[in-house]
Amino acid sequence: MIGSNLVFNIEEVVAIILFGIGFTTLLLHRNLIKKIIGLNIMDTAVYFFLASMGYVDGRVAPIVTNGVLDAQVYINPIPSGLVLTGIVVSVSVTAMMLSLTIRLYKRYHTLNLDEIYMYAVKQDR
Amino acid sequence: MDFIRNFPFFSIMFAMLCAILTSALPKKGAKVLCTVMISISTLLNAAVLYYTCVTGESYVYIMGHFPAPWGNELRAGVLEGLMGTTFSIVMLLSVLGGARHINEDLAENKISLYYVMIDLLQGALLALVYTNDIFTAYVFIEITTIASGGILMIRQIGRTTLAATRYMIMSLLGSGLFLIGITLMYDLTGHLLMSNIQQSCAQIVADGRYTVPLTVVVGLITIGLCIKSGLFPFHFWMPDTYGYSTPASSSILSGLISKAYIFLLIKIFYRVIGFDIISSSKVLNVLFVFGLAAMIIGSVSAIRENDIRRMTAYSSAAQIGYIFMGIGLGTSAGMTAAIFHILTHAVTKPLLFISASGLSDVSNGSKKFRDLQDSGFRNVPAGIGFMVGSLSMVGLPLFGGFISKLLFATASVQNPNKMLPTLIVLAISTVLNAVYFLRTVIRIYRPAADKETLQVEGARPDVRMTFGQQRLFVMVMICFVALNLVLGLYSQPITNAITAGLTMLA
Repeated sequence: MIGSNLVFNIEEVVAIILFGIGFTTLLLHRNLIKKIIGLNIMDTAVYFFLASMGYVDGRVAPIVTNGVLDAQVYINPIPSGLVLTGIVVSVSVTAMMLSLTIRLYKRYHTLNLDEIYMYAVKQDR
Repeated sequence: MDFIRNFPFFSIMFAMLCAILTSALPKKGAKVLCTVMISISTLLNAAVLYYTCVTGESYVYIMGHFPAPWGNELRAGVLEGLMGTTFSIVMLLSVLGGARHINEDLAENKISLYYVMIDLLQGALLALVYTNDIFTAYVFIEITTIASGGILMIRQIGRTTLAATRYMIMSLLGSGLFLIGITLMYDLTGHLLMSNIQQSCAQIVADGRYTVPLTVVVGLITIGLCIKSGLFPFHFWMPDTYGYSTPASSSILSGLISKAYIFLLIKIFYRVIGFDIISSSKVLNVLFVFGLAAMIIGSVSAIRENDIRRMTAYSSAAQIGYIFMGIGLGTSAGMTAAIFHILTHAVTKPLLFISASGLSDVSNGSKKFRDLQDSGFRNVPAGIGFMVGSLSMVGLPLFGGFISKLLFATASVQNPNKMLPTLIVLAISTVLNAVYFLRTVIRIYRPAADKETLQVEGARPDVRMTFGQQRLFVMVMICFVALNLVLGLYSQPITNAITAGLTMLA
């Protein structure tokens, strides 16, 4: 029972595992660049989840080319739209995190968040 | 009259438009445009509040005339109008009260960018308040995150850059959880509009299938928004974030941003999942326990601080705990108390942050208690402001804080299982609040022991702020104090409005 569900929902399982990996990396890793990588893995997992949910076997993208108007032929375009929106958000957030990382590196010459915190508390400004 | 229905949309779009225009303006023009925009936005939201109060029912605004399952919607009721108005007023006062510090703390070429961020925040906050679409909520959560990171990092010292990084990391964890939560929700129900999801949720519960995934979804969304609003144990970014940024940023972040997330959570509980399903699930108990823990831990951490801004920041953590405790009571009275406390905290915490900055101004810029001694006499309006804010937070009658504590206590009686812990923790927390707030008030009003020795050590130049030097600041202080008194003295109509709004929300 559980095994068959696992095989049937393999994409979702993989997506959730990836999400977990990204989440823990963002939360626990000390290196700022690796944190950002974790953030991207986390977001990509969500997009993978959405894309796999949105796709129905044997149907095509909802672009009318041969004059077929039956809704049963096409997949639901909304998940793809959500993925696109999510990618835009993710790109801007990543850019912002990278710019913060550059600033911190220029000031403290390290990427380790704990060391940066130590220096910042010591200098207190 | 029906034209007022358009106002929520107008206020959001106007803020966004002003953000674009502001980026091309010099700093003076940027400030003027930002102030005008927020003032107009306040009026628009007040009109919405008035309209919904008069008609007595909420309405749905269909964007672009695409009907329900396809289009995007806004929804306005009494509660949304009240929140929108309060948020706009507090935003305006915070920006005006912190204006001098914005000019001092930021680099010359960044000042107009600061007002761009404020415009974006204003638009995003209103969108979070009014939206009826859960994915739109996610997008505006991210806009809020980016803009609040912006108003933190724009003061370019090491501590704020670090604080912005840590804030962004916690925020992104929260929005990641929220995103996967709404994705799963979409997967379960097939809808993105709140009212449609609610019908599907009721169906899911009635059928008894997929109840476990539904609980998981509720958990993910709740934890995500809790992380973002800084509930214990996710509060450790608060002191750095609120302690070192420019005062306007601290007040906006603590007074408004975290409140907007909590309001969205309440809206999701009522409009998306349905309050009956929520109160029968165990999620609220978890929130209740963490709320109680936050009330104690936040206050204890605040007592241990010797820096006025960091102390106020830790007090925010405790106040967030109060709000979540009210939500966790699981009754509509508890929810009313929580929303009233959102309002109280939104008008009190900015007052504390801005008056604390006024006290630091006359103490050589220091935020340490030993340097702040006697500062209440050197900057009278800031001293009075800080005192009023402190007394309100402690819960003295006459001010808003008393009413919210009273509401929490009366709400707890209706829920026998949670009554005893609520009352005990409420009492302990009030005592702890009194310890650190009154200690600070006594400190700032203690006359300096020996002026000459201090001057020999060069510890503190005897700077004074007169009324003429800070007219705007004095006006802002007066407005904030007045808002506190309004919440404390005219609490009944506001409580009635909140109750009416909650019934409309369901």
